[in-house]
Amino acid sequence: MTGIVSFGGYVPRLRLQRKAIAAANAWIAPGQGAGAKGERSMANWDEDAVTMAVEAARDCLPGANPLTSRKHIDALFLGSTTLPFADRLNAGIVASALSLGANMRGADITGSQRAGLSALLAAFDAVSAGSASHALVAAADTRKTRAASPAELNYGDGAAAFEVGKSNVIARLLGAASSTIDFIDHFRGEGEDFDYHWEERWIRDEGFVTIVPPVVKAALTKAGIEAAAVDHFIMPTTFAKLDQQIAKACGIAPEKVRDNLAGKLGECGSAHALVMLAHALEEAKPGQRIVVASFGQGCDVAVLETTEALSRLAKRRGINGSLAHRKEEANYMKWLAFNGLVNLEKGMRAEKDNKTALTVTYRKRDMLFGLTGGKCTRCGTAQFPRSRICVNPNCKAVDAQEPFCYAELPGKVLSWSADFLTYSMDPPQHYGMVTFEEGGRFLADFTDVDVGSFDSGAEVRMVFRIKDFDERRGFRRYFWKAVPQVKA
Amino acid sequence: MASGIRDKVAILGMGCSKFGERWNMGAEELMVEAYMEALGDAGVETSQIQAAWLSTHIDEQSVGKGGTPLSVALRLPNIAVTRVENFCASGSEAFRGAVYAVAAGACDIALALGVEKLKDTGYGGLPTGQPGTLLPQWGANGSAPGNFAQLASAYRAKHKVSKEDLKRAIAHVSVKSHANGAKNPKAHLQKAITEDQCLGAPMIAEPLGLFDCCGVSDGAACAIVTTPEIARAMGKKDIITVKALQLALSNGLESSHNSWDGSYFHTARIAAKRAYDEAGIKNPRMDLSMIEVHDCFSITELVTMEDLFISPEGGAVKDVMDGFYDADGGVPCQIDGGLKCFGHPIGASGLRMLYEMYLQLQGKAGARQLKDPRIGLTHNLGGSPSMNVCSVAIIGAMGA
Repeated sequence: MTGIVSFGGYVPRLRLQRKAIAAANAWIAPGQGAGAKGERSMANWDEDAVTMAVEAARDCLPGANPLTSRKHIDALFLGSTTLPFADRLNAGIVASALSLGANMRGADITGSQRAGLSALLAAFDAVSAGSASHALVAAADTRKTRAASPAELNYGDGAAAFEVGKSNVIARLLGAASSTIDFIDHFRGEGEDFDYHWEERWIRDEGFVTIVPPVVKAALTKAGIEAAAVDHFIMPTTFAKLDQQIAKACGIAPEKVRDNLAGKLGECGSAHALVMLAHALEEAKPGQRIVVASFGQGCDVAVLETTEALSRLAKRRGINGSLAHRKEEANYMKWLAFNGLVNLEKGMRAEKDNKTALTVTYRKRDMLFGLTGGKCTRCGTAQFPRSRICVNPNCKAVDAQEPFCYAELPGKVLSWSADFLTYSMDPPQHYGMVTFEEGGRFLADFTDVDVGSFDSGAEVRMVFRIKDFDERRGFRRYFWKAVPQVKA
Repeated sequence: MASGIRDKVAILGMGCSKFGERWNMGAEELMVEAYMEALGDAGVETSQIQAAWLSTHIDEQSVGKGGTPLSVALRLPNIAVTRVENFCASGSEAFRGAVYAVAAGACDIALALGVEKLKDTGYGGLPTGQPGTLLPQWGANGSAPGNFAQLASAYRAKHKVSKEDLKRAIAHVSVKSHANGAKNPKAHLQKAITEDQCLGAPMIAEPLGLFDCCGVSDGAACAIVTTPEIARAMGKKDIITVKALQLALSNGLESSHNSWDGSYFHTARIAAKRAYDEAGIKNPRMDLSMIEVHDCFSITELVTMEDLFISPEGGAVKDVMDGFYDADGGVPCQIDGGLKCFGHPIGASGLRMLYEMYLQLQGKAGARQLKDPRIGLTHNLGGSPSMNVCSVAIIGAMGA
């Protein structure tokens, strides 16, 4: 029985207030005011589709030691249309950050707004066919939008992840169907930053309403269930009430349509169907049927049924937990700056050349991506980075360290400062010495922190984020940063 | 058992340029400025210099790499010139090279010169750079003030000092140095400041405000050293000798091992103990006439008072507030204004500290002259609290 074994969700902490967007743009887009309600999620400057996918996947694959607890994953499908690298396997970055083993399939699935669900279907296929035993699926998007565009108000940033397998299934796959039609509701050409949209009424009537229902019906037929048996219908769209209209056309009762989270999250692009699926699994009861549809040059639909195992699944942050952990952002200028929509004076310190020695990046990949240090087999001292000679002054054993991963360990702030001098996209730059109870420490950047919000002794967790950009060469570096531990 | 350096090498002459924003002076000119003073003070000719050490930290900004910039600027007689670099402790490193060469008998007269031209970057503060190929890929995006500010949070946590009390104590550190610097015509900053000015200054890196940070300056300083016997034969009286030269470097313990609490300098305590042993100092609080420490930031100076075992552990705040380190206190600290006001041309700073000790010990410090100093300590630090180089040098009157 192929199905979902585990899931996770992630929404960035910042929530851009739609009122702030509308107020800033009232002079040019006065029509936006009335609909500008609620908030949309907003990735921090150091987040992208890769880092958000990592966060969702960590939520999906809990465990203190990733080096052992994630060993079983043998495929990773990453769905997104906003991947940071056009030619470098983005799934490979996610896999490294998760400390997954090298002997696995990795694929970026992109090019359409249904990429997230397509990635999940690919995982179902791989597991059903036996080419993978435990496939990880992650979907994340941070779509760039022009200032004062409707998309700026409607979109959101978010991610979801799923483990697909054959045992301990919490939601089994009953059936799936797809169609592929070159319907160009919008497009983004190579090298372009922004989507180009066609008329909304046409997209709604000739696109969604015409293309989606036949595929939903086909999927229900394959699943062998009636539309009336559907408990949760997931139909991402930014058109108000269109999801209900489609449900009706498919014979699904309108009250089964799931909240698309437009009010408090916004639409997370190709990740949104999976974000909503994760959200549905947080709220579903065992034995319920979930239909998830995703539109984009045709349509993908999957029909799932939750099992008893769902009630045994350990509680996780998920989408609800992520939505609850929020900070309102009303500074539209900051939004523009974080998204490169304004030419900011960054000062000469920002001119520093961030060219990366890729040989070093590769040689130290488990350290830089996996946050793996070493543990001395002689004296037991855990340390970061791993080195040939043990740092314990009473040991100093040579070549005696085995890999020791810090990524999932809680840390504590020993010392810190909030620095206004160093170049930062979001000053002041917070950083400090983070210590780990198991042994080891390092001077780490902090992110998602508020000035004056913590002191020595504060508890932190580590997150995988963008370290800096090499704008000259179109490269970006990633590393781990500390964020304040969210109180459960 | 090594016998140590005590009284084996004498300072024959010293020189120091005016520190500050020397817009019209390059490193070459600054080197000559310091050197001419030292040469005159020593009473020797360039042809008598047998080996030289040049210290600079930032080669992109100052003179580039190698020893040739010094050899060329001073037209040295094709002698050995070695460039040394050890972060902000580079100046002490150059001095160590020259002193050891003389002590070893490899030469009779050696030169140590440190220089840094920092004001050619186009912006305030220290220049940024890429420290190797690995660290930029994972090291925190810090600056010098932010790195040293770490001490404050850890010190507060350890000694249960309130934010306000520590902020006031470090303000006093700076107010004192400005008062001293006002009496030093070679200092970069020569204006006295008030505690309120200090507390109200713009924040640079919490809790360090503008006046908690030292000046970023251009400048050069140098020393010419020889043996006490040669100095005496040259007719020198009041001979100043080296009593101790110690250097302690982090080995990764502070940055990787949880035994360090972040509130002090592990290296400074080691270097200080060794230096006191080498110089035969039993009670530094009583025995030292004065100290010049590496006050790159006010908090650095405060914790250093404990690292040098002059203030008791956790007692620096009280000593500072009591004025123990003021010009009229028990152990005057930064009588020349320190890095804070004399300025911090990195490669020159260690030698600048020795220059002030040398002037004071000879009674030549002008308006800031202390009464009858016999022995002085310099503490020159490079790096950051969790990874650094610490030099402690002690000099004094021959036989003291």
